[in-house]
Amino acid sequence: MLKAIQHTLKRGRIQFALFLAVLGPGFITAMVDNDSGGIYTYSAAGARWGYLPLWTLLPITVLLIVSQEMNSRMGAVTGKGLSDLIREEFGLRATFLLMAALVVTNLTNVMAEFAGIATSLELFSISRYISVPICAAAVWYLVVRGTYRSVEKIFLGASALYVTYIVSAFLLKPNWVEAGIYSVKPVLMFDKDYIFMLIAMVGTSIAPWMQFYLQAAIVEKGITAKEYKASAIEVIVGCIGTSVIAFFIIVACAAAIWANGPKDLTDAAGAAQALKPFGKYAYLLFSAGLFNASLFAASILPLATAYSVCEGLGFEAGVNRSFREAPIFYWLYTLLIGIGAGSVLLPKFPLVQMILWSQVFNGVLLPVVLIFMILLINKKDLMGSWTNSRFYNVVAWASVAIMIGLTLALVGITIQQMG
Amino acid sequence: MAGFLYFTELLGLKVYDLRGRRIGRLADCALVPVADPVRVDRFLVGGGLALLTIRWDQVESISLDGLRLRDEILTPYHDDEYMLRIARDLLDQQIIDVNGRKVVRVNDVTFEIQKQNGSEILRVLEVDVGIRSIVRRVLQGYVPRPWIRRLQRSIAPSSIPWEFCNIVEADPQRRLRLNIRHEKLEDLHPADLADIVEELGPEQRGAIFEAIDSEAAADALSEVDPKMQAAILESMEADKAADIVEEMAPDEAADVLADMDEEASGEILEEMEVEPKAEVEELLEYDEDTAGGMMNTQYVALPEDATVGDALAALRGDEDLLEGLNTLFLVDRSGRLAAAVPLGRVVVAGNSQPLKELAAGTLIQADVDEKQNRLTELFDKYNILTLPVVDKDGTLAGVITADDIISVLRQK
Repeated sequence: MLKAIQHTLKRGRIQFALFLAVLGPGFITAMVDNDSGGIYTYSAAGARWGYLPLWTLLPITVLLIVSQEMNSRMGAVTGKGLSDLIREEFGLRATFLLMAALVVTNLTNVMAEFAGIATSLELFSISRYISVPICAAAVWYLVVRGTYRSVEKIFLGASALYVTYIVSAFLLKPNWVEAGIYSVKPVLMFDKDYIFMLIAMVGTSIAPWMQFYLQAAIVEKGITAKEYKASAIEVIVGCIGTSVIAFFIIVACAAAIWANGPKDLTDAAGAAQALKPFGKYAYLLFSAGLFNASLFAASILPLATAYSVCEGLGFEAGVNRSFREAPIFYWLYTLLIGIGAGSVLLPKFPLVQMILWSQVFNGVLLPVVLIFMILLINKKDLMGSWTNSRFYNVVAWASVAIMIGLTLALVGITIQQMG
Repeated sequence: MAGFLYFTELLGLKVYDLRGRRIGRLADCALVPVADPVRVDRFLVGGGLALLTIRWDQVESISLDGLRLRDEILTPYHDDEYMLRIARDLLDQQIIDVNGRKVVRVNDVTFEIQKQNGSEILRVLEVDVGIRSIVRRVLQGYVPRPWIRRLQRSIAPSSIPWEFCNIVEADPQRRLRLNIRHEKLEDLHPADLADIVEELGPEQRGAIFEAIDSEAAADALSEVDPKMQAAILESMEADKAADIVEEMAPDEAADVLADMDEEASGEILEEMEVEPKAEVEELLEYDEDTAGGMMNTQYVALPEDATVGDALAALRGDEDLLEGLNTLFLVDRSGRLAAAVPLGRVVVAGNSQPLKELAAGTLIQADVDEKQNRLTELFDKYNILTLPVVDKDGTLAGVITADDIISVLRQK
């Protein structure tokens, strides 16, 4: 008996050690998911609808896990990035078009992140003409001068800072009973704004660049099929973590803003500002969280983009290479940061439009990427015995169908808004 | 402007029979490396439902305008393992550029058109990897081919001569039939080969380590990321893995085996020869973070009263040790460490001089259970290259070299 317990304990320790060894890619990807766009969407949902939207987090978590699990499995089994596989199986032209679309999409996303940096620090009365150039330089330097290992450690550290949202939610003393009930009780209303909010929540939860980043990071980390189980757990834990953070953001805004009269927010910094009357610390934590999330995403997005493009088109890539070895990789990376940060500083640049466009681009590109993924993961010669089971395929295609439907609806509404 | 042709231009080229009627379009072409390593041996035509095979000597002429036959007796295509099909096995795949020492992705293949026995034949010249071929492939089909050729002249080419291309094939049977050899890989510096291997997928990694000789494999494996080392060995047959582990430095071998499943490392140890196995098993006893776990047993120890002549004689007998050797050790009768002698002093001394007189002033040594941090300090403080490690009663157990310390520091 004692032996059995010891054995279990030992196994548990090994499992946990394995978990720590693979910790990184899945967790980071899931956390960056709550970028400035995500935070805005969740804040706006809480401020306008209170606790009602909480139930969507459960299905969103499932969708997230399904899509990310497939990436981590492909990365571990094939040892190749997503754009590598697309190139090998679907040829150069498909890859080129996809990569061109990815660069445009991610550039608008980077702009949105730098806008998040600018507005969050303006809440601390730091001018964007100071904050944005410094952050851009820091982001650039971090990746160009660091090794992957150290960069990953910094990213993991940044993930921990999302705790600020949990703390600020507690400071605002929400109605936990109501939050609990509405987390599991779906509420459907045929209200145009309500439906738009639901779509936006799903739409911001899964972005195309994440699929590329996650798989590349799994490969870069050298995770093998044998460690795949631990890696899958990591992905699942990360996805749940994302939704937990989202939960607290919604709850915080519901407690402070909605409880005192529903309100429409126009941007993520607006959420922090609206919290101000109800708690100074909550306001500060919320702003700091927004800054962290934006900076975090601004570091990863350009990197992920440069990686995927170079991998797919066969240029040398990687932070472990020198500028001379991988010039295209570094140029692409530098330009994405330069243009992304620069556009925020141009007085007449249509930034709000660009951020809306980034949503549209994400929405249009995502289904394409997901379809490529499902086709790839079902190839026997690539995945061997690791292909999707029939049941899993049904779930995956269903998720894709739901996501395509919702994102297309979001695109439609967004374009209507812009017009 | 005949002379050369890109593979992606060849794809979809119209095929004409003797009377000039179009019979189909080219779907792929294949080399048969056993017969000729550079000549395109077969062309595959997609006619109706099945592919037809055109042998190289059935071709009258090839150009951008099409391929004309001189013999119409075509056979249906059957897949065989002697064929290297360009579109299927090469285009868009990763290959190893042996000269540039890196992994590249094939964007296109360039052929030279030549005359042989009245046929126009294609010979593989080089593999394209640069932007030029990307532009060509993206535009092809939308822009007339001559225009593309004119446009691409302004882009610098980036290509690898065919003889430096090393194709990675995971299936050992097919590798033999395709005549893929890895001698050029064995000639690479182990660190370069390790970098290349890290770039490839797990299946291809295993394939390369199984194909090259154990000594080159051992050297390269020592340079691969430690986490990946275990995975590579685990994916191999135990006896081949054992051959490689035997060739590795005992301390490195012990480190890899310690990272593996007990079952897998047990299997490998079972397959190993008695002597290296004993050395490795001894090292496996120590904790990885201590001097015992880091040290190796490749050192030269001589009796206290040995002379320079004795030392040189001992070195001559042990060629394997010479690379990287910088210190000799003197031990007393019971094997206890007595002194360290820098190799440089031995080289310039007379043959009959006792080694003891050449010994370094203070003897720096470490216990087998000394912690890593302390060891790093010792190296830094005393500027040593090789640190002797002794067990409880002072017996020389092994040595730690500066490169072990550098690896430790880099991993931090």
